[in-house]
Amino acid sequence: MTYRRPTFRHPNLPKNDLGYTKRDYEGGISTLCAGCGHDSISNAIIQACYEMALEPHKVAKMSGIGCSSKTPAYFLGKSHGFNSVHGRMPSIATGANLANRDLTYIGVSGDGDTASIGMGQFAHVIRRNIDMTYIVMNNGCYGLTKGQDSATADRGSKSKKGAPNPFESIDLCELAIQLGAGFVARSFSGDKQQLVPLLKAALAHKGFSLIDVISPCVTFNNPDTSTKSYQYVRDHSEATATFDFIPLRMEITTTYDKGTTTPITMHDGSIINLYKSDDSVDVTSRRAAIDALEEHREQNQILTGILYISEEMRDTHEILQTCDTPLNTLTEEDLCPGSTTLAAIVDQYR
Amino acid sequence: MEPTDTNNPEYFHRVIDCQYGCPAHTRVPEYIRLIANKRYDDAYMINWESNVFPGILGRVCDRPCEPVCRRGRVEKNAVAICRLKRVCADNKGDIRDRLPKIPEEKNGRKIALIGGGPASLTVASDLMPLGYEVDLFDDQEAAGGFIRSQVPSFRLPQKVLDEEVNYILDMGVKTHFSTYISSMKEFLEKDYDAVFVGTGAPRGKDLMLPGREEGEAFIHVGINWLASVQYRHVEKIAKKTLVIGGGNTAMDCCRTAKRLGGNDVAVIIRGSQEKMKASPWEIEDTLHEDIPILEYLSPLEYVIEDGKLTGMLFEHAKGSPKEGEEPVLIPCNEVLLAIGQDNAFPWIEQDIGITFDDKGRPDINAKTFQSTLEKVFFGGDAAFGAQNIITAVAHGHEAALSIHLFLEGKDVNQRPIPASDLAGQKLGYHDWIYHSEVHEEQRHEVPMQPKVKSIKDRLLEVELGFDKQVGLKEALRCINCDIQTVFYRDKCIECDACVDICPTTCINFLANGDEEDLRSRLAIPANVLWEPLYVSDLLPTGRVMVKDENVCLHCGLCAERCPTAAWEMEKYTYKIAKAGQK
Repeated sequence: MTYRRPTFRHPNLPKNDLGYTKRDYEGGISTLCAGCGHDSISNAIIQACYEMALEPHKVAKMSGIGCSSKTPAYFLGKSHGFNSVHGRMPSIATGANLANRDLTYIGVSGDGDTASIGMGQFAHVIRRNIDMTYIVMNNGCYGLTKGQDSATADRGSKSKKGAPNPFESIDLCELAIQLGAGFVARSFSGDKQQLVPLLKAALAHKGFSLIDVISPCVTFNNPDTSTKSYQYVRDHSEATATFDFIPLRMEITTTYDKGTTTPITMHDGSIINLYKSDDSVDVTSRRAAIDALEEHREQNQILTGILYISEEMRDTHEILQTCDTPLNTLTEEDLCPGSTTLAAIVDQYR
Repeated sequence: MEPTDTNNPEYFHRVIDCQYGCPAHTRVPEYIRLIANKRYDDAYMINWESNVFPGILGRVCDRPCEPVCRRGRVEKNAVAICRLKRVCADNKGDIRDRLPKIPEEKNGRKIALIGGGPASLTVASDLMPLGYEVDLFDDQEAAGGFIRSQVPSFRLPQKVLDEEVNYILDMGVKTHFSTYISSMKEFLEKDYDAVFVGTGAPRGKDLMLPGREEGEAFIHVGINWLASVQYRHVEKIAKKTLVIGGGNTAMDCCRTAKRLGGNDVAVIIRGSQEKMKASPWEIEDTLHEDIPILEYLSPLEYVIEDGKLTGMLFEHAKGSPKEGEEPVLIPCNEVLLAIGQDNAFPWIEQDIGITFDDKGRPDINAKTFQSTLEKVFFGGDAAFGAQNIITAVAHGHEAALSIHLFLEGKDVNQRPIPASDLAGQKLGYHDWIYHSEVHEEQRHEVPMQPKVKSIKDRLLEVELGFDKQVGLKEALRCINCDIQTVFYRDKCIECDACVDICPTTCINFLANGDEEDLRSRLAIPANVLWEPLYVSDLLPTGRVMVKDENVCLHCGLCAERCPTAAWEMEKYTYKIAKAGQK
């Protein structure tokens, strides 16, 4: 039985702009079930961070409780991490982000951790627009407690137990758009070609970004009768548009017909090029995005890709007008400038 | 690309690079695992079946397996395969009752072997168990060919040689030693049903330069000189001796000379040390014994004064920093020439039906080893020029198979297909029959006799070999390339678990294309073109699975992380077709 992954790697492993290989972004060996979608998402995160050449020590991984929330142990082994209380990851991420705005925050949560116990936290972290990438590893069941239907399980969906879920499901993406998130996307753990560029775009987005990743639970929720199974998702998904993510540093080398491409410039200057067909969704409109989600739901289709994007929103620090220096690096002198300064401030109001 | 045909016995064989690279296709990972399980007798027999001389080859093999060892691609050094072979030979018990049984009743066919080297002995070991009567002729006093006459005892003790040669002679081979066959024509008049010629490449090349004739007493052809030493006709050499040549024979000559009083022996080569023909480890051993190797010197003249050799004149060869400068005189009193050797057949008449090419080599079918005279077969260095022991053994097996087919009245070109088998390795959840963990120890050094002691005694074996503990550790470095990753497309749900876990990024799922295109589009492009791609049939998403076999660690993690057992670890056994195989 193997608990150890050999440390040998391909001799031609490429390096990113920082001179790191993908290995520098790996974590420990996964203890999740074989074939778990979450492991694919972990690897997509590794790939995205490697490709974006993020400095591992400038990333913080935040998580709650659940199979999904174990995954930060399996990626970015050289980054900061906080495995918090069930459903409370958003609070911890908020606190961390306020204390140090210079880190890249990756929140990992599951459908239970977000849509049940953490629902209130989820709503408010979006309202405040904390600058973080919130990844939901969504398998529609409570895998860690033997696969009971979760709040995102679709009505009528049948897990391995065989009984159809009688309750309505929560669509986290639709909810996030309503609550004012500036970047909302849905993807599938079995489609890294879409997931990796989505993650890169989400990491580049300033403010809150949500990626709801359907991630089949091979142990409890992967029969074809489940709407979160590999087979069902492959048969029923449709993307809003294909797109390219072009990081700031990279030169744009390809050109497309202007009529079919919509470029979206991100806060940091990177660009998302959306390649649209005639009937594709306008993902820059909140109303159109929600309509599209509802329409696809009526047709039993799962809409994937970028669902809504707005680069106009201000994140928490801008809203609160905090100083540019991360709060955790302010010295006592900065924070208590002394009685002379106080007197000067008071004088302004005389 | 078309889906890979894994039913072709050569596909998975090619993945086992050591076995594929071994001319005799020894089942290397299998015997290394047996060593790790302390089953030395079993490990020895796996070797014996393929290469016939495990104890000998465990010391002096050319090791074509090691440069191709997959371990050498993920870290600096290959597994010490050759030295592990010696571990099983050194630690085995009495294996004589496991050798093939020789039938009392013979099959009525008589075979003659001319030359008693490794090729002929292999033919005997394959044909004796089938009931053939075998007569062996050699002009030496004992069997072994060049292994006996030219490989110095400090590399191969006589005891080891005798033991393994006798396993074969004791099968009942009728030996005719000290018998030189001077006419093939006359020999063919005897009542042999088939004749195998394994006379080696016995003629060392001479170097005819001014002074050669006058210096005759001081200038020796290396292989002849080594034979004279082995037979104790020569017991000392001049203090200042030069060895001309850069192959393994040159290394044996200089190290032997060092032990016979040639304290100031030096090796002279025309090119650079990096491009020498000798095996790297033999060069290393030579340098270890403080023997200088002088580069870029091209011999011009033997300098004779008063009828005695006093030196040799060299010009600075192309590439030398001193190129174009005055020739240099290197003082010496004896010279050993080790500049190559030829096979020679002055005893085979031109008019008996055996044809030769313009280089004087017999025309031999490279697959069947049959000559143009259908009952005469060639093998070893006699067939295609000087190579090595393991190649001679491989020739022997093929020639024995041809002789058997020929005498059964069958077409020698219709070779039986090799025996192959895939056996599942699953014991339970995450549990394998084989030891799947990849050990990260570095290659172990072989302990040696202290230099001061070993250069005083030419019979003292220099290498001590691994002891059991180190042998075990070295054996665990083998990554079991014979345990194949077998992909069952129908079970795959394309969850990517194997792609994610693979430490060496071998596995890809992508749209199909031609080979060049696929190789370039893999997550890490597959640039080692001689390593195959394993391509599946179309999967439900319209993609194919493509695995680059190049740096697969055979760690089994893909199979462990696969939820549907679409990947299985299966042991591939491949055995070459041998004479009499059912």
